[in-house]
Amino acid sequence: MSAIVSLRKVSKRYQRGKQTVEVLHELDLEIAPGDFVALMGPSGSGKTTLLNLIGGLDRPTSGAIEVAGSRIDRLTGAALARWRARHIGFVFQFYNLMPMLSAARNVELPLLLTRLSRAQRQQHVAAALQLAGIADRARHKPAELSGGQAQRVAIARALVADPTLLVCDEPTGDLDRKSADEILQLLQELNRSQGKTIVLVTHDQKAADYASHILHLDKGQLVEAAAQAA
Amino acid sequence: MLEQIAAVTGMNLRALPQRAGTSWVIVIGIAVTVAVLVSVLAMALGFRQTLAHTGRADRAIVLRGGSQAELSSTISRENTLTIMDAPAVKKDSDGKPIASAEAVTIVALPQKKTGTAANVTLRGVGAKAFALRPEIRLVAGRMFRPAVREVIVGRAAQAQFQGLELGSHIAFRDSDWTVVGVFDSGGDAHESELMGDVETVLSAFRRNLFQSVTVLLESPQAFERFKDALTTNPTLSVDVLREPAYYAEQSKQLDKLLNFLAYGVGGIMAIGAIFGALNTLYSAVAARSLEIATLRAIGFGALPVVISVFVEALLLSLLGGVLGAALAWLFFNGNTVNTLGANFTQVVFHLTVSPGLLAWGIVWACTIGVIGGLFPAIRAARLPVAAALRAA
Amino acid sequence: MKFLPLVFAALARRKARSLFTWLAILAAFLLFGMLQGVNSAFDQAIERANVNRLIVTSNIALTEPLPYSYLSQIEAVPGVARVAHATWFGAYYQDPKNFVFAFPIDATREFEVFPERKVPPDQLQALIHTRTGAIIGAELARKYGWKIGDRVPLHSTIWTKADDGNSDWTFDIVGIYENPSDRSQENIFFFNYDYFDEARAFGKGTVGWYTVQVKDPRQSAQVAAAIDRLFANSPNETKTQTEKEFQQSFLKQIGDINFIVTRILFAVFFALLFATGSTMMQSVRERIPELAVLKTLGFTDGGVLLLVLGESALLCLAAAAAGLALAWLLFPLLKDTLGVVQMPLPVMIEGLAVAGTLALITGLPPALRAKRLSIVEALAGR
Repeated sequence: MSAIVSLRKVSKRYQRGKQTVEVLHELDLEIAPGDFVALMGPSGSGKTTLLNLIGGLDRPTSGAIEVAGSRIDRLTGAALARWRARHIGFVFQFYNLMPMLSAARNVELPLLLTRLSRAQRQQHVAAALQLAGIADRARHKPAELSGGQAQRVAIARALVADPTLLVCDEPTGDLDRKSADEILQLLQELNRSQGKTIVLVTHDQKAADYASHILHLDKGQLVEAAAQAA
Repeated sequence: MLEQIAAVTGMNLRALPQRAGTSWVIVIGIAVTVAVLVSVLAMALGFRQTLAHTGRADRAIVLRGGSQAELSSTISRENTLTIMDAPAVKKDSDGKPIASAEAVTIVALPQKKTGTAANVTLRGVGAKAFALRPEIRLVAGRMFRPAVREVIVGRAAQAQFQGLELGSHIAFRDSDWTVVGVFDSGGDAHESELMGDVETVLSAFRRNLFQSVTVLLESPQAFERFKDALTTNPTLSVDVLREPAYYAEQSKQLDKLLNFLAYGVGGIMAIGAIFGALNTLYSAVAARSLEIATLRAIGFGALPVVISVFVEALLLSLLGGVLGAALAWLFFNGNTVNTLGANFTQVVFHLTVSPGLLAWGIVWACTIGVIGGLFPAIRAARLPVAAALRAA
Repeated sequence: MKFLPLVFAALARRKARSLFTWLAILAAFLLFGMLQGVNSAFDQAIERANVNRLIVTSNIALTEPLPYSYLSQIEAVPGVARVAHATWFGAYYQDPKNFVFAFPIDATREFEVFPERKVPPDQLQALIHTRTGAIIGAELARKYGWKIGDRVPLHSTIWTKADDGNSDWTFDIVGIYENPSDRSQENIFFFNYDYFDEARAFGKGTVGWYTVQVKDPRQSAQVAAAIDRLFANSPNETKTQTEKEFQQSFLKQIGDINFIVTRILFAVFFALLFATGSTMMQSVRERIPELAVLKTLGFTDGGVLLLVLGESALLCLAAAAAGLALAWLLFPLLKDTLGVVQMPLPVMIEGLAVAGTLALITGLPPALRAKRLSIVEALAGR
C-alpha cells in the first residue's frame, strides 16, 4: 500500500535576526492510508512545524513532501490553497471557530469554496454534524458551546469536505479530561469506521495512546516508538 | 477621591498616544464640523454686520406704505417735501431739514471676478445726503456736481466691478456717466453702491417719482414723534422705519438661509461626529478594560473611571474644536463674499470670524465630545470586573 | 451571494462599532444628498430651460421696463415665431410672508409661447373674456384652497391703482393650469395685462420683459442679436438672451454655490475617510487569527482580500444608500426655502460612486494586510 504522506529529506530553517535556526533536519516520514499517527515531543521539537508542512500550511526549506499524490512542496499560492481545501481537514487546540457564525455556518465554510448548491451544502453540513455527534447544537454560536462541543463542531468542519487527511494540533489541549476523552474517542471512531487518516500532535501521553502509531520528534529528528494496539 | 480621579485620569491620558489612530477620528471629525459651522456663521455675521452698520438709531427711512423695499416704493415729489418738513427732523445750519429724497435704480455691470454682469445699485441722492450720512467720506476724486451726469462709487463696488476707476465712463440710458470720486462708508451696504444727483438720475431714467426719504432725527428718541406725524397725515400712506430696523428686515431672508445652512449642515455633521466619537471612546474603553477592571479590583471607585473617560473625550474634542476654529479663521476671516442682497443687487460683505464665533465653535465641539463620551463612560463604570479580569 | 453571511459576520463581530460607523457614513451621505442635490437641482433648472425661447429685457437692468410698442416690432423680426410679455407684480396674499408669483400677461400669447403649461381651452377663453380673470397653477390652488369662481385679493408691493390709490387688486379665478413636465412651475398666478395696464397708477404702456419663441433653436443667437440691433441706440436698449443664459446669470449672482458645496463635501469626505479607515483597520487587525483560519480551510490569499473588500463595501455602500434614500425623502422639505422639488437621480448615482471609492480606499490597506498574512505566523501569534 503506498503511503498517503511521504516526506523525504525535509528540512525547515527559520531566520531569526542574524541567526538561522534549523527546526527540522532532513526528515523522512511515511504515513499509510487509514493510519492514526500521534506525533509527540518536547516543546520546541518542531512537531507543530512538521504538522504545518504536512497540512500544506508551510513550505519546506528543502526536501520533498508528497501528500495524497501531490508534491505539495512544489505548490504555491492559490494552487496550494485549493489543494488544501480539497485534501486537508484541520483541528486546532483553540477550535478557531468564527465567533459570529452558528455551528452549522461554521461547518459550512469549507463548502463555500466548492461549486455545491445551497441544498447540497446543507446536506453535507448535516451529515458532518451528525458524525461529530453535535447535530443538536447546529444553531448555537461558539460562545454558547462548551469546550468539548466547540471542538466537535471544529471536527465536523474538518470533515465536511471529505478530506484525505485529518490534521490535529493538540486538539485536547484546552479541554477537561472527560471532554478530551470524548474527542479522542470520536477521532478513533472516525479512523476505524470511516477509514480517515489522522495525524495528531500532542504532548499528552494519554491522548497519544488513542493512536495506532506514536512517533517522537526530538531536535528535528524522528524516532519511532512501538506500534500500539488501541 | 480627588486623588483617585487625578490618578486614573493621568494614567488614561498618558496611554492616549497608544490609541493615536482612533483618537484622531474624534479630532478630525469635530475639526471639520466646527470649521464648516464657524465659516458659514461667519458669513451670516459678516452679512448682518454690513447691514447693521448701515444704519443709525437716529436716522429713519420712509417708504410708500406696503412697499417693503425701496425698489418697489414710489413717493411723489410733494410727499417728499411733506415728509422732510415733518416734526423731529434735525435742521442744518441753514434751517433746512437734513434729509434726502432718493431714487434707486439697478444697473448691470461686468464683475471683475467672473466677467459676467451683475446688478449694482445706482442711488440718486438729495443735496443734504452727505450731511445726513457723515460716515460717507470721499477717499479719492471729488463729489459729483448737480445736473451733471457724474457719479461717485463706493470702494466695495469699485473692487467688485469692472470699469469703475476714477475718470472712467459708464454708458447707460443713452448717455455717458463719469466716475468722479470714490467713497468709503465703513464697510456698510452703501459702499457697494454708486451715487449720483437724484434729479439727474430721475431725468435720465425718465422718472418723476422718488422711492424713499431718509431723514436725520433730532435724537433717537424723537422717532415716535416723527412717525406719528407722518402716519396720522391723511395725505400720506407711508411706512416709517428706523434705519437699522429697515436693513435688518432686508437681510432677513439671506440671514435665515445662512443660519439654516450653518445649523442644518453643521447639525448633520455634528451627528456624524458624535458617532465617530462614540466609536473611538467605546473602543478606548474596551482597550482599557483590563486596566479598569484591575483598578476597580484594587478599590478605585467608579467615578474616577467615568471622569477619566469624560476628560479624554473633552480633551480630544477641544483639540478638534480648536483645530476647526483655527482652520475657519485662517481660511475665511476677512475674505469678501458677495451675493444677491435685497433690491436684487450685489452686496459685498466680509466674513467675520469673531472671537464670539470661535468660542461658540469650541462650545459646539465640547458638546459633541460630552454627548459622545456619555455612553462609553457609563459602560466603563459598569464594566463587570471579574469577567474582565478572567478574560485576560 | 453565498459569502454574504461571512462578510456580515465580520461586521457583526463588534456590533456597536459597526453600527456607529454605519451611522456616521449615513449622516455624511444624507448631507451629500441634500447639498449636492440642491447644487444639481439648480444646474438642472438651467438645463431644463428652453433654448427655443429668448428673454428680452432692458439692457440697463432687469427692473427697467420696456415700451409696449416693442411688441409688434419684435414680432416682425425674421425667425421669431411668437412673442409674449410679462411684468413683475410683486404680490403677496394677505400676509407679506405669503409671496405669490403673479404676472399680468396676454392670455393667448402666454400659453402659446409656454405650451408646457396646459390649460383647458374653455378656461383660457374665460380669462380672455373676463377682465379681472386669473388662471392659477395647480400647486398654488392647492396651497391656498382656491377654486374656479373664487375672488382672490392680492396686494402688490409695487403697483397702486389709479382709481383708489391703494395696492390691493382683486381677481376672479377662472382657470387652473398644470405643468406635467415640471411640477415645480405650477405656482404662478396669471391675469390680464389689459386690466393691469388700464388700472395702474403709473408706468402705463410698458411691460417688464418679452419672451420670444424662435422658429428654429439653432437660430437663437442670430435672432437675439437682431432684436438687440433693432433697439440699439434707443433710450430703451434691450438685452436678449436665451432662457437658459438668463437663468445661469441669475444663479451666478447668488454666488458660487457649487464652490461652497464642493468644499464642504470634501471636508466631510476627508473626515469620513478617517473614521471608516480606522474602523476597517481595527476590524481586520482583530481578525487576523480568523483570517488565518480561513486560509487554512483553503481560502486563497486573493479570496481573503476580496472578503475584506466586501466588508468595507457592505459597510459603505449600505450606509450610503440609506443616507441617500433619507436625503431623497427629506428633499421636498427644501421646497419652501430653495424652490427645488426633487433630488435628481444622478446625485444618487454619484453618491453611490463616492461610497464605492470610500469603500475601496478604506478597504484596500487592511485587505492587502489580510492577503499577505502568513498563516503560520498568524496562528502562532495567539
